[in-house]
Amino acid sequence: MATKTINITLKIWRQKNAKVKGSLESYKLDNVSTDSSFLEMLDQLNEQLVNEQKEPVAFDHDCREGICGMCSLYINGRAHGPDTGITTCQLHMRMFNDGDTIYVEPWRSAAFPIIKDLVVDRSAFDRIQQAGGFVSVNTSGRTMDANAIPVPKADADKAFEAAACIGCGACVATCKNGSAMLFVGAKVSQYALLPQGKVEAKERVLNMVRQMDEEGFGNCTNTGACEIECPKGISLENIARMNREFLFASLTSEK
Amino acid sequence: MIKLDSKIPAGPLAEKWTDHKNHMKLVAPNNRPKIDIIVVGTGLAGASAAASLGEMGYNVKAFCFQDSPRRAHSIAAQGGINAAKNYQNDGDSVYRLFYDTIKGGDYRAREANVHRLAEVSGNIIDQCVAQGVPFAREYGGLLDNRSFGGTQVQRTFYAAGQTGQQLLLGAYSALSRQIGLGRVKMYNRHEMLDLVKIDGKARGIIARNLVTGEIERHSAHAVVIASGGYGNVYFLSTNAMGSNVSAAWKVHKRGALFANPCYVQIHPTCIPVHGTNQSKLTLMSESLRNSGRIWVPKKKEDAEAIRAGKLKPTQIAEEDRDYYLERRYPAFGNLVPRDVASRAAKERCDEGYGIEANDTNEGVYLDFASEIMSKGRQAAFAQGDHNPSEEKMKQLGKKWVEEKYGNLFQMYEKITDENPYEAPMKIYPAVHYTMGGVWVDYNLQSTIEGCFVCGEANFSDHGANRLGASALMQGLADGYFVLPYTISDYLANEIRTGKISTDSPEFVEAENAVKSTIDMFLNNKGTKSVDHFHKRLGLVMWNKVGMARNEQGLKEAIAEIAEIRDDFYKNVFVPGSADELNPELEKALRVADFMELGQLMAMDALQRKESCGGHFREEYQDEEGETLRDDENFKFVGAWEYKGMDVTQAELHKEDLNYEFIKIAARNYK
Repeated sequence: MATKTINITLKIWRQKNAKVKGSLESYKLDNVSTDSSFLEMLDQLNEQLVNEQKEPVAFDHDCREGICGMCSLYINGRAHGPDTGITTCQLHMRMFNDGDTIYVEPWRSAAFPIIKDLVVDRSAFDRIQQAGGFVSVNTSGRTMDANAIPVPKADADKAFEAAACIGCGACVATCKNGSAMLFVGAKVSQYALLPQGKVEAKERVLNMVRQMDEEGFGNCTNTGACEIECPKGISLENIARMNREFLFASLTSEK
Repeated sequence: MIKLDSKIPAGPLAEKWTDHKNHMKLVAPNNRPKIDIIVVGTGLAGASAAASLGEMGYNVKAFCFQDSPRRAHSIAAQGGINAAKNYQNDGDSVYRLFYDTIKGGDYRAREANVHRLAEVSGNIIDQCVAQGVPFAREYGGLLDNRSFGGTQVQRTFYAAGQTGQQLLLGAYSALSRQIGLGRVKMYNRHEMLDLVKIDGKARGIIARNLVTGEIERHSAHAVVIASGGYGNVYFLSTNAMGSNVSAAWKVHKRGALFANPCYVQIHPTCIPVHGTNQSKLTLMSESLRNSGRIWVPKKKEDAEAIRAGKLKPTQIAEEDRDYYLERRYPAFGNLVPRDVASRAAKERCDEGYGIEANDTNEGVYLDFASEIMSKGRQAAFAQGDHNPSEEKMKQLGKKWVEEKYGNLFQMYEKITDENPYEAPMKIYPAVHYTMGGVWVDYNLQSTIEGCFVCGEANFSDHGANRLGASALMQGLADGYFVLPYTISDYLANEIRTGKISTDSPEFVEAENAVKSTIDMFLNNKGTKSVDHFHKRLGLVMWNKVGMARNEQGLKEAIAEIAEIRDDFYKNVFVPGSADELNPELEKALRVADFMELGQLMAMDALQRKESCGGHFREEYQDEEGETLRDDENFKFVGAWEYKGMDVTQAELHKEDLNYEFIKIAARNYK
């Protein structure tokens, strides 16, 4: 790999905590390797700040291989930055040029309050999951044999594609309505497509949608921005499927 | 004086677990709500344990440092999960999975534990399917399998290259259900900073709320540690940035023995290091070795030309390539166990055949060209084209590869900016998994009563080397199917205890100790960042306690780590305050524990004068560079007792490993 370096200017959102106002601060950072990931670049900035006895920028991150869903930055006005099919930790500095000014902001959504700097609270997603994102089967292991019910490969594949959602919240951050319907639709779809999930399908979709609304997420107006920015390519089809499930459940549920 | 009792039940191997379950004590359903259990960590082991215990009716409090239990690093496991289902009808059985695991672990694991693991493996798959985990399926609608290293059967279940994600989300869904029902209380963004012991029993933890900085006391009748492995002691590893040893280490400092810390798995297929600002290494799943062939050039001048950018790998003729795993291990070929594959890569690179143009020239090729053509040919035949053009075979072959490994290929391309469908991947070994951990008996209880340890955090099932697709199996086996039984046996004596107060002197002492450590770091007038020290520690660990070790290097490492540790306490600078989100403070507390563990790892590697599994001592190898085990003197679990801040004073206890049912032999993959 070629070792090229660039010098950049960063405009980063700094906010001490949820109670005080934040603002964009400017930082200069030199000698950034283009092979570095975006988060390694932020590590480099933080190292520089600590060496100047200043407080480093707080940002969420963990696995750094695009699967845990913890990283969450709005970079130059795009969730996870200027590339598609990736999370921020998979964004590399080769996407930027020498002399660039890069804007870094936290997820922007009323349902994701800021904790500090670039860190937001996404526990609303957990609460939606707790409202119905499961199959009510006890963990005894004494279920039927795994091959007892054949599942058509096409259904299993579609369920997997929906289940690939990493819960990062890019869909919400990107949506002009702050809607979480791609996230919820993916979870509803995964179970709706599998025989194991069908038993509780009606209750599940009603409960998850109720919780989603209580958390203050907006509605879907079919803009499709979420699908474009989703690092895992979760399809809008899942929202359509959730709507069908919801309508059906609303009309036929006996509860 | 600590006496190690593994508490392995008597009787024939295949009946031990069933018989043991039949005779353990139970806690009646009406008594369970009177009992509190703390679970630290929400990966496969922790989430499955918390969900199962909540479901049984106990009061569970679960803790994770991430912003959601769904982010635990089990999520990053790619390739698959083993189970002795024999769906492929290729001769698999519980015994074979048991045997492969013992052999893969180089005869350094307990027979009884491993057999139990193999026994429950099938139930894991049943359970996960029932929970809606979307495993890969064949066109007939039944579950698909693939091969992994160290086996000659296809017993690995998978969900593309995201099996860990799907299994963790399954366990997370079970956990979420219990949280929703109020049976588990979840503490996100919380880190355990000490264990509280009262009258010799684990009675609670001290945790820091990472958002507010508040130090909290939590009491319980039993504490379960499921906090994962300690690979981040090397700074660069495939672990998540936050993965740490602190929960396990605090338990160790409170009296739990720490077993086999020197057993570290270096995974053969990771993306090579690119530069000094790199923060972590990325794994390319072992499943790729089903389809990829590993090679370096036969001629040194070709390797040099490749590194200089004058030659491309595709320009090297077939006869000028050294498929060194196929050459050295024809029976298993590219699917030898991880430790063997890693050492073989190091051997070629040390000899000057490495192909990566980084500081150390360390890298080898993982090539999919043959597989693309052969699978493309099969696909063309299936379409009725019995004389396909090369172009067509290539196109169909790429499609096949994309379906099997698409997300891995995409991940590789994003990181390296190279297209692995056209040119071979460049890979090199990296620290991945730690077989060592807190010593536990057959019931997964540590040497502290009431403190249970499961998943990667314990030491029990993988011996000196873990086979691929077995970590997921162990995590879920421990959490779903082992711990719920064994912890109830312990808790049966706690039904009269009543609520445990957090006002006791033990809680006060532990909380004060945590607070004073935090104050010490924040008031230290140092000048260097935590990462500065962590990187220095990592470099010593990689160079001297890494893939190959020797007596001199290990002695140097122990002394060097002591120096780095002194320097760390004198010169580290931790900005910010205690009562807010402070990632630098979190790192400082974790690195402090890594410093102590690093020394213990070197000491353990020094005392183990043999080579076995992931532990390779240069002094103990045969003429062909294969490991030389010493069963006469080292067929034991090395369990260390903490003896104070000076880690070199730690005391070694030995648990002899008895092989009653397996004939112990030299490990041979040729």
